[in-house]
Amino acid sequence: MLKVVGVSKRFGGIMALQEVSLNVHEGEIYGLIGPNGAGKTTLFNCMTGLYSVSAGEILLDGEGVHNQKPHRIVQRGFARTFQNIRLFANMSALDNVRVGRHVRTRAGVWGAVLRDRRTRAEEADSRQRAHDLLEYVGLGNKARSLAGHLSYGEQRRLEIARALATEPRLLALDEPVAGMNPAERQQMRELFLRLRSQGLTLLLIEHDVKLVLGLCDRVAVLDYGRKIAEGIPSEVRQDPAVIAAYLGGDGA
Amino acid sequence: MPERFRLRSRTSARTALILLAVLLVTLPFLTEATLGRSWIRVLDFALLYIILALGLNIVVGYAGLLDLGYVAFYALGAYLYAWLASPHFGLHLPFWAVLPLGAALAGVFGVLLGTPTLRLRGDYLAIVTLGFGEIIRIFMNNLNAPVNITNGPQGINLIDPVNVAGLSFGKTQQVLGLTFSSAHFYYYLFLAFTLATVFIAYRLQDSRIGRAWVAIREDEVAAAAMGINTRNVKLLAFAMGAVFGGLAGGLFAAFQGFISPESFNLWESILILCMIVLGGMGHIPGVILGALLLTVLPEALRYLGDWQRLVLGEVLLEPTDLRMLLFGAALVLMMIYRPEGLIPSRQRKREFHAEDGVVEQEQSSLYDTRG
Repeated sequence: MLKVVGVSKRFGGIMALQEVSLNVHEGEIYGLIGPNGAGKTTLFNCMTGLYSVSAGEILLDGEGVHNQKPHRIVQRGFARTFQNIRLFANMSALDNVRVGRHVRTRAGVWGAVLRDRRTRAEEADSRQRAHDLLEYVGLGNKARSLAGHLSYGEQRRLEIARALATEPRLLALDEPVAGMNPAERQQMRELFLRLRSQGLTLLLIEHDVKLVLGLCDRVAVLDYGRKIAEGIPSEVRQDPAVIAAYLGGDGA
Repeated sequence: MPERFRLRSRTSARTALILLAVLLVTLPFLTEATLGRSWIRVLDFALLYIILALGLNIVVGYAGLLDLGYVAFYALGAYLYAWLASPHFGLHLPFWAVLPLGAALAGVFGVLLGTPTLRLRGDYLAIVTLGFGEIIRIFMNNLNAPVNITNGPQGINLIDPVNVAGLSFGKTQQVLGLTFSSAHFYYYLFLAFTLATVFIAYRLQDSRIGRAWVAIREDEVAAAAMGINTRNVKLLAFAMGAVFGGLAGGLFAAFQGFISPESFNLWESILILCMIVLGGMGHIPGVILGALLLTVLPEALRYLGDWQRLVLGEVLLEPTDLRMLLFGAALVLMMIYRPEGLIPSRQRKREFHAEDGVVEQEQSSLYDTRG
């Protein structure tokens, strides 16, 4: 479904990514792990159009999406969340999710001013879907709260709801359980499994190795901008390069 | 019990609305009877500035794009009206044809200004838009040779007044037994346009486009990553704001009968921005209040001169100087005690009085998402 072919990204003299290639299949949970500064988020930003790539290709369903505008990529069914939560802090939780509907709705200025039947139907639909999504991620009673006033875990879930509102087929989550307690992590894990069971493909950056290895169907390991391993979790766990680069410190 | 409460509040809201409508309709006559005819002109200008402030509020308040050259659109609307309805080119098109053209021209220029500035934000955007405002004014000042387009600093005179069904708004007339001066006529015309502007501003605020504007103001990167075409949506904000500027410009030209580059200097842009900041950025009632205060108060301060002459026998403080002084002091006090504006929206209030957990999203550079 998503194919990354030899992608490199250079920031001045620093090679943040060097010829990274990945292959994410439809319907799987694909994990991206690696030490801090390995280039995971950079790769995410390249894939979702926030960065241009210096070399290589990114193919979504066989079509190149690298160096396209972020909104085009969202339109094609690839949504994301951010590592450092980026909600619209002064909008209500509901409106945050409704912004996610933007790409699947069409009303323009005339629709807004005249509020014709189609616009009214579209607005009602977007409101209903937003409520449903908040319910889905467990924020059903927070619709009117400002996003900035939600707790940390709630903000993470709201970001997921917002991304889901764009009707993605592929959802990229950048450290979705960072800073969460074990109970919250368990909830998130269940949410991810539920999403997969509904046919969504998930791409996960995570530091929590236990979560990644337990949850993901396949994993890739990045270190210093290079992919050093890829495969099913049990294999990757045994990979000597991975142990040296990443798990080594734990004496695993 | 609650049911009855709701009923009562609904009827009281309706009563308030009817009272407001009666007040708005009779206001010019009440003003004439109490304060004198010159004050109707002040009311006219207040309405004009409400339109301008609400237009700029779309750009600054909703989309968060600091525009210091807004008066350029006002100028374009005014000049287009003057070109198409005055002896200057010998054209005398009716106002209902010229006003939309002026608004459309301003809208096109809004996009023209927006396109090269899309990558800029904050201070940098403010500087470029400020330059744009000055460029338009200087053009108007100098385009009298080799072909006389704007008549230079002398401006364009004898602009046609608005004419509705043979009734010229330019002279005093009897209608239904009441004496309507030019200012009376324009009051009702401006009131109609102001109400339409308020209506449109509310509708835009609560719409797909309005939410996209606020999303861009809040976090442009996140907005793009959620599927908003930030380029188009920002251009739309510029264009929509400019349309109201152009419309107000046309109304201004018809009302004054004379325009010159003088009327469209930087100070006007700043004044309109002050109205928004004073009242409460992004909040329609606040913006209206800001526009009313900043047009009515300076006029009221003129009486200070008369008062000084009466009490002290001479004018110690020139009222015009005093106006500026008080105006400045008011803005400084505002910034200290009520930075969110006089009647801010609920979300603005929270933004400025950030409680725990509300942290201003840093947006140092556009695509800086690395954690």
